[in-house]
Amino acid sequence: MGVPEKIDTENLVELHNLKEYFPVRTGAFSTVPLKAVDGVSFNIRAGETLGLVGESGCGKTTVGRTMLRLYKPTGGEFYFDGELVTDKNIHRLRKQMQMVFQDPYSSLDPRMTVEDIIGEPLDIYHLYSSKAQRHERIMELMELVGLNAEHATRYAHEFSGGQRQRIGIARALAVNPKFIVCDEPVSALDVSIQAQVINMFEDLQKKLGVAYLFIAHDLLVVHHISKRIAVMYLGKLVEIADADDLNDNPIHPYTLSLLSAIPIPDPKTARASKRIVLEGDVPSPMHMPSGCPFRTRCRYATEQCAKEMPPLTDRGNGHSVACWNR
Amino acid sequence: MAANYDIPTPKKRLLSLQINPKLFEKATDEEKKQQDVMAQSTTFFRDGMRRLMKNPLAVISMIILIFVILVMAIAPSVVPYGYDEIITVEGVRDKEAANLKPFEYSPKEQAYMEKYNVQVFPHIMGTDELCRDYFIRVVYGTRVSFFVGIFASLMVLVIGTIYGAIAGYAGGKTDLIMMRIVDIIYSLPDILIIILLSVVLRETLDVSKVPLLGGLGSNMISMFIVFGLLYWVGMARLVRGQVLQTKENEYVLAAKSMGASSGRIIRKHILPNCLSVIIITTAQQIPTAIFTESYLSFIGLGVSLPRPSLGSLANAARSGMQSYPWKLVFPAAAIVLIVLAFNLIGDAMRDAFDPKLRK
Ligand SMILES: Nc1ncnc2c1ncn2[C@@H]1O[C@H](COP(=O)(O)OP(=O)(O)O)[C@@H](O)[C@H]1O
Ligand code: SF4
Ligand SMILES: [Mg+2]
Repeated sequence: MGVPEKIDTENLVELHNLKEYFPVRTGAFSTVPLKAVDGVSFNIRAGETLGLVGESGCGKTTVGRTMLRLYKPTGGEFYFDGELVTDKNIHRLRKQMQMVFQDPYSSLDPRMTVEDIIGEPLDIYHLYSSKAQRHERIMELMELVGLNAEHATRYAHEFSGGQRQRIGIARALAVNPKFIVCDEPVSALDVSIQAQVINMFEDLQKKLGVAYLFIAHDLLVVHHISKRIAVMYLGKLVEIADADDLNDNPIHPYTLSLLSAIPIPDPKTARASKRIVLEGDVPSPMHMPSGCPFRTRCRYATEQCAKEMPPLTDRGNGHSVACWNR
Repeated sequence: MAANYDIPTPKKRLLSLQINPKLFEKATDEEKKQQDVMAQSTTFFRDGMRRLMKNPLAVISMIILIFVILVMAIAPSVVPYGYDEIITVEGVRDKEAANLKPFEYSPKEQAYMEKYNVQVFPHIMGTDELCRDYFIRVVYGTRVSFFVGIFASLMVLVIGTIYGAIAGYAGGKTDLIMMRIVDIIYSLPDILIIILLSVVLRETLDVSKVPLLGGLGSNMISMFIVFGLLYWVGMARLVRGQVLQTKENEYVLAAKSMGASSGRIIRKHILPNCLSVIIITTAQQIPTAIFTESYLSFIGLGVSLPRPSLGSLANAARSGMQSYPWKLVFPAAAIVLIVLAFNLIGDAMRDAFDPKLRK
């Protein structure tokens, strides 16, 4: 493997300038790059959670999938536990990096029993020496995520959405990973179930010390579970800060509008904070605006915003913002 | 850290879930159990079979097919006549036994029965113009038709599935080229090609020296080649479409993210999820093949004499249709019955197993 390049020993995940451009066919022989992810960097420490929020279509899923090399990255480096992730070592590293998918219906094979679904990673990495050991491990995992072990021989379609998501989590945990990408794991669930599943993610983190990249499209869900939160807009990070810091002291105009979109039940607070309604649609990632991607909808936009992309600059306390005017 | 559930003060945290736990009541164990489960546990196969058995047409068709298969299996050992054997009475050829009606005896047979006071096995469907028992000929004809139908469908299954699965899984340019070839074959007028190929192959193919195949006659062999060349395209298209669709499911991506190899993904995830389509299409292919065989034999391009097939029996009966109509009715009825039964079962299987119709 050579000498592993390590930049900060405390970080389990270090992502530098990740880029993922999808070629989109525009004519018979011409393609245009769709910049789904354009220069995203962040760090996650062992056992911690980074929340990643943004409107749907801004590239959150692509960040997660490109990190796990389900898509070949167009550019950037990903250091996992100090080791540069490449095509060569990804098979070994997948044992430590797992994924929970957004759709609990299509992410479980309808022809497999729960036992075989959870056992699949064990089968792939030959993590047992006997059938009995495999069975025992699966029972243990089911119990861990709050599933009734008696249902191991059932098929996934017999379970509710929340239970199916638990199956997906048990599958991700089977290999004892250090890091799990959770791609909107609760957005397909009923609101009443969402809180249960989020609490379970927290409990599992406390018990197992696993780190999460927790993706969601609304801040509410992410704030509850995350140590730090990154806000994404059109393939770029626009703000990253500690969860409470972002909540109390948001800086980027896009984050402000996200926060003001959250309904507040208390009328006093509601009057105090004026609602910022975003105008216009999200521009297509194939026809990005020049300079700051948010300028077409930004109240603070100036001439400079159209010329140059603002860099992500530290405003103290690890609170970084990409904006010229705030 | 994260917002705290236990503090029911909504204005303190702008982003908290703002749920007031005091408004909630603890669920009883019984309520929890109700949340728990779920439909009756059944495997996919048992579930489909149950639905199949609820379809009366399918059940009747199955009974008919089982009956036909039993007759095919038992009749040759019960009926004391061969399919190419001319009826003899006391070792002498019975020239008067031609074109008998069903259950009719020839004068010689009647005399024989009276003389020894025994029962000669009846000619259930009469006899043909060469004094051969017609029932056993129809039974053998049915056997040939079954054999052709099943063998041809298996050929279509193997070629079509492999071709379609490769095109679908590879995708991109490979898929594009492979499917254009399919389109070309698909656009050919099949009956015309079958007739042309049968004629050409009959002239050029000599299988009489090949063991095993020799007995089948070159017509039958050429028919398999025709089936193999033409009918796999439908299967290939279906399998490809199904593989493409299955490949897009997130569980395939999930398997990849867990480190599964392509081989494992095809074996464990893609093929099992395409299996019902493959089986149903094969079942639906059988009646098509049987019908095509009968059709070709009827126009004289099929199975060679003296071996009967349902189509060639019907063809031979054409000339004497006015005087001996039953000779056309029996093989024609057998074709209709078998083709209809297979078709109904195929359709019922599609309805019972097609996951898109599942509730
Ligand atoms: N495999 C792909 N090929 C081409 N474009 C894609 C692909 N996956 C995602 N995209 C595009 O990339 C952008 C970001 O998508 P995604 O990462 O799924 O967003 P999010 O998860 O934030 O909703 C979207 O415009 C989407 O259309
Ligand atoms: S850089 Fe300009 S356009 Fe972009 S968010 Fe800041 S003020 Fe708005
Ligand atoms: Mg997404």
